Amino acid sequence: MIRGRLFAVLTAIMLVAAACGGGDDTTGSNNGTGGDTGGDTSSLPTEIGPGEGALNLIAWVGYVEDGSNDPNYDWVTPFEKDTGCKVKVKYGDTSDEMVQLMRQGGGTVYDGVSASGDASVRLIAGGDVQEINTDLIPTYGDVMSSLQEPGHNTIDGKHYGVPYLWGPNVLMYRTDVVKEAPTSWEPVFSGDSPYAGQVTAYDSPIYIADAALYLKAHNPDLGITDPYELTQDQFDAAIDLLKEQNGVIGKYWVGYADEIDGFAAGDMAIGTSWPYQVNVLQGEKEPVEAVVPDEGVTGWADTWMMSSNAPHPNCMYEWMKWTMEPDVQAEVGGWFGGTPSLTTACDALKDQFGKAADTTYHCGDDAFLSEIALWKTPVPDCGDDRGETCIDYSEWTRAWTEVKG
Amino acid sequence: MDPRLDGGEGIAEPAAAEREISPLGRISAFFHRHKGAKLALLLGPPLGWMLVVYLGALSLLFLSAFWSQNPLTAEIERVWTLNNFKDLVGNDVYRTIALRTVGVAAAVTIADLILAFPLAYYAQRIARPRVRTLLLLSVVLPLWSSYLVRVYAWRVILSGNGILNWTLAKLHLGQLEIGYSTWAIWLTFTYLWLPFVVLPIYASLERVSGSFFEASADLGATWLTTLRRVVIPMAMPGIVAGSIFSFSLTLGDYIAPQLVGNTQFIGNVVYQSVGIANDIPFAAAFALVPVAIMGLYLWGARRLGAFEAL
Amino acid sequence: MSTTNLEPRGVRIGMRIASIFVLAFLYIPLLVIFLYAFNSSVAQSWPLHGFSLKWFGVAWNNDDVRSALLNSIKAGLGATVIALSLGSLAAFAVHRFNFFGRQTVSFLLVLPIALPGIVTGMALNSAINFGGTIFGLHFSLFTIIVGHATFCIVVVYNNVIARLRRTPTSLTEASMDLGANGWQTFRNVTFPSLATALVAGALLAFALSFDEIVVTNFTSGTETTLPKWIYNNLRLPNFRPQVNVVAMVVVLMSFIPVYIAQRLSETAGIFERGEGR
Repeated sequence: MIRGRLFAVLTAIMLVAAACGGGDDTTGSNNGTGGDTGGDTSSLPTEIGPGEGALNLIAWVGYVEDGSNDPNYDWVTPFEKDTGCKVKVKYGDTSDEMVQLMRQGGGTVYDGVSASGDASVRLIAGGDVQEINTDLIPTYGDVMSSLQEPGHNTIDGKHYGVPYLWGPNVLMYRTDVVKEAPTSWEPVFSGDSPYAGQVTAYDSPIYIADAALYLKAHNPDLGITDPYELTQDQFDAAIDLLKEQNGVIGKYWVGYADEIDGFAAGDMAIGTSWPYQVNVLQGEKEPVEAVVPDEGVTGWADTWMMSSNAPHPNCMYEWMKWTMEPDVQAEVGGWFGGTPSLTTACDALKDQFGKAADTTYHCGDDAFLSEIALWKTPVPDCGDDRGETCIDYSEWTRAWTEVKG
Repeated sequence: MDPRLDGGEGIAEPAAAEREISPLGRISAFFHRHKGAKLALLLGPPLGWMLVVYLGALSLLFLSAFWSQNPLTAEIERVWTLNNFKDLVGNDVYRTIALRTVGVAAAVTIADLILAFPLAYYAQRIARPRVRTLLLLSVVLPLWSSYLVRVYAWRVILSGNGILNWTLAKLHLGQLEIGYSTWAIWLTFTYLWLPFVVLPIYASLERVSGSFFEASADLGATWLTTLRRVVIPMAMPGIVAGSIFSFSLTLGDYIAPQLVGNTQFIGNVVYQSVGIANDIPFAAAFALVPVAIMGLYLWGARRLGAFEAL
Repeated sequence: MSTTNLEPRGVRIGMRIASIFVLAFLYIPLLVIFLYAFNSSVAQSWPLHGFSLKWFGVAWNNDDVRSALLNSIKAGLGATVIALSLGSLAAFAVHRFNFFGRQTVSFLLVLPIALPGIVTGMALNSAINFGGTIFGLHFSLFTIIVGHATFCIVVVYNNVIARLRRTPTSLTEASMDLGANGWQTFRNVTFPSLATALVAGALLAFALSFDEIVVTNFTSGTETTLPKWIYNNLRLPNFRPQVNVVAMVVVLMSFIPVYIAQRLSETAGIFERGEGR
């Protein structure tokens, strides 16, 4: 009897303690020095200290290769030899997943992340990543001008990472099913698509922007300017389009291997993709090609960011310095299919690919980069005279579940 | 002992009260006298563990169903709200997903029971002892082969150019496009949980001794009638226990639907909410659905006495 | 008992055929995995491209595989030890005493298994994050073991309590009458009769922990167990052949402990009350 009461009391105390909690700390976010974005620059390191012997990274697949996939592409082993930092990498399938991983253990589990624009701003705002002293990165001045201080990793003049690769989400298709190269996203979005059942799409709420981009070209009355800044009407139209698309989708892909499997097995024939899958499939002699359709593309520009509570900060700085070498960026670009952010990497890229460095990779082409609708987190502030009427990302997430049904 | 050899002091017969009791003996005696303390010692650690590690964490989780998430940073804020539940109830898609999950779970359970019963019956009542051991071994062995790999094997078998279609083509029976579908999920789940269903049914059939069959036959029943009115009711605890496994495991699974399916299940939505969107409040709210369903199921199972057969 | 034919012949034949069919259903996917372990190419297509043993060598030389296997074994042992202690304690408490909330204890212990794994995983994940801010708890092998132990307790508990119920209490009473104290009785009378139940429970608990992925995903951080290695590598096409090899080796090696567990759970404890079948 008494034991029962004692346990009940203990449980109650625990619950009350949990509920009342302390200050503004929330369950699982960091509580370290990175709590505010306005940290003083005097706390930035002025030199890179000795390596800690280990490095835990979160990355997009193909960004951290150690030769186990293809011995010709290995930029991890030389790094480990040089710095003694043994690299462990966790691959993320979506930006959301990467944000989540980064926050595990209050930011003490992983040292860094290759964040796209829809993760980076959230991480900065949440205090999960720390400001970087770009003076410690000798090649920073060689970065493309539009990526020197982009809004997705530089706030109030403070840099929160170093740029890595950027690229478009292309339209990939099997040439034995889609006989003529498509010039539009229509076969992927239309309910009457001739490839119904073999269409695929990226399984992440950020894909709603792709639908919005399509509507920007085909429904100009909606007045969509930025596919990430959508008012309720524009948002609803995009969702309707996606629900129509759902009828012709065979399977959504979230892990790149799902898309590779699907295309290789013939279950998928057309859909959005990263250049990486195109490279892998073509490497396996599968009949696939990729195009950038007329309506434009969404895309990504990735930044290596360091956790505010990184357990191995010096190794992380070494990694950032390493990945800002033109040869490394060219190698990564060749493997993944993305474009380096360093203008100095374009020569190495031209050596590898010749003319394709310009036509496919658009190396150093600020104009092309500006035409890509880079991933960024939708927020209520539309950033123009519409004020605070735009749909925020949590709505996007909820709506995405609805779309898939 | 010879009294003359002890130095003249005589043997001191140890009085009962002075007999040496080892420290362990003293402790044992204490606990023997104080039953309450013994109970506390026995029950304390496991109960303490469950309360602190499990129940505490569980309560915290379900508390968070009433909190909300910051729209920009996606961090959990302790702002009390019922919005998560409003969203759940208001939006049709969650009802669809929940019904779909429960439907598949029921279908899987039925399929597993149909497959498991003959095997359990054969092993328990018909097979010779050596064959029985072999049978049980064969049922348990697949459980050691990694759940993930078994799911993946089905994906390979059922895909467009996979083994199933290859076999069907050889037999000129056409093709089955079930590579990524609800059929594939149903098949995979049925396969995965089958050993868990066989074992409790086998164990409960042990209670049905031969004399029941004989008595039933004496009263004029056929085997079928005996099966229906004697065997199955007596094996019911095992049947219910097995169904708990298959139902519960299907309700909460998020890995298999992702690998072999193309539709959303409760597990997928919860996992995406947690592992990807960090919308733990909403995930917790939605997770209450399978918890409630299983709670009801378990309560019913307890009434039917299934916990003795677990 | 099975040799006295109380079932009509048709039923016996029917059951035998059905059993064969069900067993085939159980084993065909396993055979597929075994086949693919010998596949020479990386692509998981059908028919197989060729026969090769090279993936066995590659998997063996893979450091990640070995460290993941070691972690799984460590986690399994840790979880089993905890489950053995706590499960037996609980079983004794419930069997020997009549107290308020007795029924609830079995219910409570079965919850981690009965509730969806993702719920257990989420709860533990939040608790670890919470504990991290309070007293610096980290995701590590320790948190993995804690997670596994929580649902392994009930497995040991069920085995022990089932055996306790089949063991007559007159023996402990006789032991006490002969002058043994509680500890001596436990060591010489109770424990031997439980030994095989404990081993069977331990093997089952180890098996549960060894193949666990649903909860481990949430409690492991960067630590890798074998199932987690498989989960990560199933998504990397170049590593799938190694995954097949690892799966096949685990199945073949686990034949021994499974066999032992099976024999043990059939044999009676040394003082078991005999029951007619």
